[in-house]
Amino acid sequence: MNWFSIIISGIVTYFSRMAMVALIDREMLGTKVKEVLNYVPSAVFPAIIFPGVFFNDFGLFVEITDPKIYGAIFALVVGFYSRSVIATIVSGLLSYWFIIFFLLR
Amino acid sequence: MLSKSKIFFKGTVAVLPHMLSVIPFGIITGAIGVELGFDPILVYATSLIIFGGASQIIFMQLLSGGASSLVAITSVGVINSRHLLYGAVLSEYLEKLSFIKKLFISYFIVDQGFAESNKYIKQNKNLSNPHYYVLGTGVTLWFCWQLSTISGIILGSFIPEELGLKFAIPLTFLAIIVNDLRKLDHVFVMLVSGFASLILFNAPFKSYIILSPLVALIAAFIMLRFKK
Repeated sequence: MNWFSIIISGIVTYFSRMAMVALIDREMLGTKVKEVLNYVPSAVFPAIIFPGVFFNDFGLFVEITDPKIYGAIFALVVGFYSRSVIATIVSGLLSYWFIIFFLLR
Repeated sequence: MLSKSKIFFKGTVAVLPHMLSVIPFGIITGAIGVELGFDPILVYATSLIIFGGASQIIFMQLLSGGASSLVAITSVGVINSRHLLYGAVLSEYLEKLSFIKKLFISYFIVDQGFAESNKYIKQNKNLSNPHYYVLGTGVTLWFCWQLSTISGIILGSFIPEELGLKFAIPLTFLAIIVNDLRKLDHVFVMLVSGFASLILFNAPFKSYIILSPLVALIAAFIMLRFKK
């Protein structure tokens, strides 16, 4: 990570915020495009979640008994019912720590 | 008629509940940056220059995993393309502003601020200075984000590696999309993206991070055609 890549990323991010407000006529985005843009979070974030849970640091599939899988499942259930960002993260981390520090010792 | 500062303040109040997620997310972002081994100054610079939690984490994670700058920057672009949608909606309310003001306010357009602004302005169509509401949400979130990432950077240097804090990355993103799990169309797009990322994970240059969302968006596009 260096200054150059941070600044370029900053420009890219700023442009995404500014383009429709200051530069481009909003009619330019058709309904189709808007509908698809709605799915951007659902299309982007699983590509980070799945490898983060199912691969180890060396890019190999983890065992079915890996604590990350159970931490993620627990977080998923808690998050689904609580609808809370914090509860999702904390429950996932706590269950993960419980497994690695108590069950696997 | 509401004064400008009152409208600004209303925006501030509207995003306060979001702090419950923004502050921990900021702390995690700062802490993970340090945990991944980056210079604290550079980690903080991402908060100031990029100012977007998800993009900052992905950016740092990719670069620490050996991705090229080009891949990291492109993936930041893909993640942030959702802002185009926010801008398109908000532009209606910001139409009367001068070009310079538009440039300034754009820096503060973020997810939670957009959601609250859009809700409020829709309900109060005759609001005289709606951009103060947008600014109120954005500036408040900006301050909290800067402070919480700085706290995370400081905390991060004390957190032992055995805790495996890196696992907080997938959990954080899971937390962001967990509400959309109630919508079957979104679940479909998520599964396409997730399985694509597992299959494409070893593609060169960490390109899975760009290819998987694209595959999922194409799937979304096809799905929308069938829905009609």
